[in-house]
Amino acid sequence: MMTNGPSVDEQIEIYRKMVVVRRMEEALGALHKQGGTRGPIHRCDGQEAVGVGATAMLRSSDQVTSTHRGHAHYIGKGLDVHRVVAEILGKETGYCRGRAGHMLVASAADGLVGGNAIVGAGIPAATGIALSLQLQGRDDVAMCLFGDGAAQTGICHESMNIAALWKLPVIFLLEHNQYGLTVHHAAQSSVADLSVRAAGYAMPAEIVDGNDSVAVYIAAANAVERARSGGGPTLIEAKTYRLEGFSTSDMGGYQDEAEIALWRARDPLTVARARLAGEIDTEVLDGLEADAAQVVDDAFAAALADPPPEFELHPASAAYSGGA
Amino acid sequence: MAKLRYAEALNRALREEMQRDPLVFLFGEDIGSYGGVFKVTRGLMDEFGAARVRDTPISEQTLTAMAVSAAMAGSRPVLEIMYADFMPLTLDALINQASIYEYIWADQVRMPFVLRTQGGGGAGAGAQHSKSLDSLVAHIPGLKAVAPATPWDAYGLLKSAIRDPGPVIFLEHKLLYNMRDEVPDGEETVPLGRARLVREGTDVSIIASSRMVHESLLAADRLAGEGIAAEVVDLRSLRPLDLDTLLGSVARTHHAVVVNEGWRFCGYAAEVSATLMDHAFDDLDAPVARVTMPDLPIPYSEPLERAVLPGPDEIVAAVRRTVA
Ligand SMILES: Cc1ncc(C[n+]2csc(CCOP(=O)(O)OP(=O)(O)O)c2C)c(N)n1
Ligand SMILES: [Mg+2]
Repeated sequence: MMTNGPSVDEQIEIYRKMVVVRRMEEALGALHKQGGTRGPIHRCDGQEAVGVGATAMLRSSDQVTSTHRGHAHYIGKGLDVHRVVAEILGKETGYCRGRAGHMLVASAADGLVGGNAIVGAGIPAATGIALSLQLQGRDDVAMCLFGDGAAQTGICHESMNIAALWKLPVIFLLEHNQYGLTVHHAAQSSVADLSVRAAGYAMPAEIVDGNDSVAVYIAAANAVERARSGGGPTLIEAKTYRLEGFSTSDMGGYQDEAEIALWRARDPLTVARARLAGEIDTEVLDGLEADAAQVVDDAFAAALADPPPEFELHPASAAYSGGA
Repeated sequence: MAKLRYAEALNRALREEMQRDPLVFLFGEDIGSYGGVFKVTRGLMDEFGAARVRDTPISEQTLTAMAVSAAMAGSRPVLEIMYADFMPLTLDALINQASIYEYIWADQVRMPFVLRTQGGGGAGAGAQHSKSLDSLVAHIPGLKAVAPATPWDAYGLLKSAIRDPGPVIFLEHKLLYNMRDEVPDGEETVPLGRARLVREGTDVSIIASSRMVHESLLAADRLAGEGIAAEVVDLRSLRPLDLDTLLGSVARTHHAVVVNEGWRFCGYAAEVSATLMDHAFDDLDAPVARVTMPDLPIPYSEPLERAVLPGPDEIVAAVRRTVA
């Protein structure tokens, strides 16, 4: 099975979204430095090609489960930048009215349910969604984006076995950014390439350059086609790198500077822009970047001015606790 | 007497116990070279080596089951579970394994392990990183559970927990790690199962643990201004309960308010309240009051999180109702 790469128009849209995500992450970093954010924020700088490239061919009725590091997944799946930023800032206008915060964003209408801060929990979640899609006879698919750390959990093994056993329409998209929190993958995993594990489930698997959005797109599109046509699950291991530390509370000191420099030179935005430069004018690309930056600036300006939510006792509370 | 931060006091207890007993070893996520995300294990890998201070993959269910069995095999494991919110992943090992063997196997085995974790809200960490699940662990027969409120108790209770012949769940609080206070210079331990009378009073007993002790003291200050003399009891041990101290206090004040940061329904405060009814009904001039979280997940946004966490306002109001 072979799918053609993304069209130039699709590549432009992927690049635009990647720039949006990067500007968003940078703006959050700056806001954090000024004390304008609350709680830890897990930026995905350097990983945009995975989250955006892998979700670019999905329909809004396809279902994505995400992680604590989901900003590229949110934007890739078509969520509105302003409402994402508003949720991250805990505002009433956010996708979850400020209740979720940046790790748990969900938009059921966009097929994103959702972010998850329990590492690994999105993997069985996507598997269960895939079972339901299969039972309903829908040709939609489930895609689970998860990390190399999450791949070490027991539920990852259990999910992959069940998905392969029942030929469920799910794509396991492993975002291998080399670290689980502060621990390097070499200290977490007995094998360097996690995709070798797919053989244990007789599940097709492939390794892709996670910093090349086109490579990620092609691998994901093939897997989506397989899942839609009843061919069952696929594991895609996208090799990438987390450029800005684990979170805004990361005290650092455990990442090798040379390693960071190596990956920075292969920044997914640089890779995508270089590809596009052969197809379209530089001025067009510059304009596109400026527009993306403006979208993010406007989103922050609006979200910062938005009202905070007001507390109300949810009916679920009163109903189950027998009153005060 | 030295003044130490709560996190430093825990670190010192771990260091001393590892020096004293070569059977003690530590394992958990990010506890080795990084020194723990709350810095409790800082420097210990350098001092004791990577065999006794082990970074692990993200595998809470397996790690907890291994703590139980390694303890049975003669070691004294101290496992760190990064957030109390991940405790549900450990529960089979605690409820179906650790809790049963000593009794069911007729005292043939012992399981001297400590499971350290930290909970609590107030840091903007969202619904999956903020919970207090005291009742979840205190519910389990065969396990002890402690929740220190001060650096002194953090130090002394952890030493006792490590030396205890059975399983101890050690509940820290993320907002207390930076609290600085006196810690004894010697090798003094604090016994498990003993509460501490923090403030004497004649009108009402406020019974709390962990961070809620400090909130209760603030409430007691305010109540003093209204002419209500509140006694504050720090439980320290959630299980076993120090009945003597509790009953002694209620016999003096004839009123009790139980404060717990966890959920209300089937919560820890309900257990303490029922225990007082069992043993002190004749001493009580009013029903025991409870101050808890409402039965809701902890929302992210600051005004919402503030609204659900119990604090001095709620405690003062409950005391007023009780003594009225
Ligand atoms: C069950 C569970 N254990 C531990 C954590 C703490 N934690 C949060 S993220 C993380 C590392 C996850 O690594 P990975 O899956 O590779 O994702 P990345 O952060 O690299 O994107 C850990 C250990 C958690 N949130 N949930
Ligand atoms: Mg990772």
